[in-house]
Amino acid sequence: MKAIAMSNFEIVAREDFSDVTYLLEVRHPLMAKAARPGQFVIVMLNEQGERIPLTIADFDRNKGTITLVIQAVGKTTKQMQQECQVGTSLYGMVGPMGIPSPISHAKKVLCVGGGLGVAPIFPQARGFKESGAYVIAVLGFRNKDLVFWEDKFKACCDELILCTNDGSAGMKGMITDGIKVAMAGHPDIDEVVAIGPPVMMKACADATRAAKIKTMVSVNPIMVDGTGMCGGCRVKVGDQVKFACVDGPDFDGHLVDFDDLMSRLKRYTKDEKVAHERWSESCRMTKQVGPGALDALARGRSPQSERLELPDPFEDAPGG
Amino acid sequence: MAKKKTIRTIPQERTPMREQDPQLRAKNFEEVACGYSLEDALRESERCLMCPDEPCIAGCPVGINIPGFIQKIGEKNFRGAYDILTDTNLLPSICGRVCPQENQCEGVCTVGESLEAVAIGRLERFVGDTAIKEGWINIPYIEPNRFRVGIVGSGPAGMACAADMAKAGCDVTVYEAFHQPGGVLRYGIPDFRLPNAVIDAEINNLKKFGVKFECNTLVGRLFTIEQMIGEMGFHAVFVGVGAGYPTMLRIPGDSLNGVLSANELLTRCNLMRARDFPKFDTPLPIGKRVAVVGAGNTAMDAMRVSIRLGAEKVYCIYRRSRTEAPARAEEVHHAEQEGVEFHWLTNPVSVLDDGKGSVRGMRCVRMELGEPDDSGRRRPVPVAGSEFDFETDLIVYAIGTNANPIMGQTSKLKLNKWGYIGADENLATSVAGVFAGGDIVTGAATVIEAMGAGRKAARSMKAYLGIRDPALPYISGDGTGAGTLFGIDTRERNFARVRVA
Repeated sequence: MKAIAMSNFEIVAREDFSDVTYLLEVRHPLMAKAARPGQFVIVMLNEQGERIPLTIADFDRNKGTITLVIQAVGKTTKQMQQECQVGTSLYGMVGPMGIPSPISHAKKVLCVGGGLGVAPIFPQARGFKESGAYVIAVLGFRNKDLVFWEDKFKACCDELILCTNDGSAGMKGMITDGIKVAMAGHPDIDEVVAIGPPVMMKACADATRAAKIKTMVSVNPIMVDGTGMCGGCRVKVGDQVKFACVDGPDFDGHLVDFDDLMSRLKRYTKDEKVAHERWSESCRMTKQVGPGALDALARGRSPQSERLELPDPFEDAPGG
Repeated sequence: MAKKKTIRTIPQERTPMREQDPQLRAKNFEEVACGYSLEDALRESERCLMCPDEPCIAGCPVGINIPGFIQKIGEKNFRGAYDILTDTNLLPSICGRVCPQENQCEGVCTVGESLEAVAIGRLERFVGDTAIKEGWINIPYIEPNRFRVGIVGSGPAGMACAADMAKAGCDVTVYEAFHQPGGVLRYGIPDFRLPNAVIDAEINNLKKFGVKFECNTLVGRLFTIEQMIGEMGFHAVFVGVGAGYPTMLRIPGDSLNGVLSANELLTRCNLMRARDFPKFDTPLPIGKRVAVVGAGNTAMDAMRVSIRLGAEKVYCIYRRSRTEAPARAEEVHHAEQEGVEFHWLTNPVSVLDDGKGSVRGMRCVRMELGEPDDSGRRRPVPVAGSEFDFETDLIVYAIGTNANPIMGQTSKLKLNKWGYIGADENLATSVAGVFAGGDIVTGAATVIEAMGAGRKAARSMKAYLGIRDPALPYISGDGTGAGTLFGIDTRERNFARVRVA
């Protein structure tokens, strides 16, 4: 009779990639065993907190940990940046949720990650490599300072194209420029997987549409439960309505209605602002907060809604 | 007993229950119905005729000895009444509040043939609340056996099954995906109908029985049903995960901001405490004018929550008429008192856009009732040319739910054509040792029906594991002894084993 020890969601490691991006490694042996590329978790920081969906950036079955890469854009993610130190625990973390990304038998795969989307694309790139594919990674950042995990990708990809907006690392240009380079060099790409802010994924889908290359994207709508119960995460895919949490989060990028997705992501902007201001005041943060960096519901891999309006470090990197 | 009671000698009027004033309660989340006082309960218990045919027991999905507990109330033996209730129903405080008694026990009450039926639900609640207040709990002598039972879902079906299996001596673990146990009782039913304190009390009772609750656990994805039966060492598993996948109307404008499911509204408000925003982080901006589509109990909850969150106008949009509305009469009445505007025979055609991705209003069409359909209700048909628009900024769909797909995606459980888990009359599924019950088998139903299913599954589970069920010899068969041997049901495996030996 084996007793199953449940996790208390302890944070065992932390790494700060920049002043807004950080990595947390949370102990949860059972989840590390179950997790597959493309799945996500829902995290609660404390009892009063909201449930935020974060994509699993990596999992270590030997250590029994789940890795999350988070961008501090809203109230909850900023509070987590401040409070989640090694040795502390999250109030809750449930998952792995969603249908794992199908690692197909494609022979040549292009893995595209924009901004924070670089983190969740990693297990997919590794998965494709393990199944024997030729993997080309295109990673887009705003500038050199925000680049992370270049070494991890180098270790598992056959080719790596790094783009930055200002050209301070890799090639200068948008992520779509990187895709063009890759497609020019490899006319035989079987599949493209793109993760990042919706504008970026939309641009990727548009870039591959003419060539009719299968393009999978991972959508990031607002969620409450993540178990198919609230319907808040519904997205239009072709002529169907799908729930990202149980029917996704991966869908055919050529069918996803990105405009609808982006519009739905803005639902709670005003309330997020209220929550954020209240919190900022209460902890006497002196740091100036840009009016748009208020998205409390940000999904880790690609903080959501205000991508279009705001001074977000990854804003222009991804395709837009 | 003194003189025999007759329909003429009992109090003629049903004892009213004190309620919060509609004006006042529309602004708070305190419970609407305040419950019976001692005097109220004594008076109402007088109204039971103790009739010999006891139709109410048959009317109750779990078969509570209703005249029995009412008699104890009359004798002022409240502990005795509690003992009788807990013989069959572990959660009297919850059932007394949320059961649709008018269609169950009270609907068949003998008194109800000439007067208003005995207020069985209110009496049940009185006993349950007294027990919580007094800290009564009936923990029977439990002899541990070697069996481990896993329960998936901590809603009413799971709780009922867990209680029965724990009483039988099994080591029971309940898994819940949310961060708090209770299922629909917690996220769905609002505080003013079922206070959280009542749920906590009932769950604590279960814990005293030795039931373990594991929250933040999404069964299917974290581990599968097959793993539970296999490597995790559970001898039997009960799946009671509920229906819960909300239906959208699929009309133009469905995806606009400001259109949400009743599940989302209620979960944000009840479980995530959005009503206390920004003290709690989950937002729920309520509209000035809220339109709720549907007229079931969930729709009533959504409307009454909206009023409490500060909506100026709340409309109920329903395509049939009031007589066909599936909600309890009491709920419709309460909603009306609190100021909900009902638009019967009205069907949404499309949601109107404000040009910025949000809801501006709704286009509806008037309906009239035609011929009866499959459900026996008269089918509503649109009246040609009767379209009209009205202004609203929040639209809530409360038009039912479908099967949650996670179990089907992650296990080999056989599903029926609607996606619900296929189970036989004993609630056994296609996988040996796995039982299922509640909404995930039948589709959306009531709390007490789910609890009934949980108990039924527990009986089958005991038979499967070969645990003697003390209740079986008395209730199984047709009472003539056929199908039993020495008073023991032949279907019980342990007995079969003895016979083989």
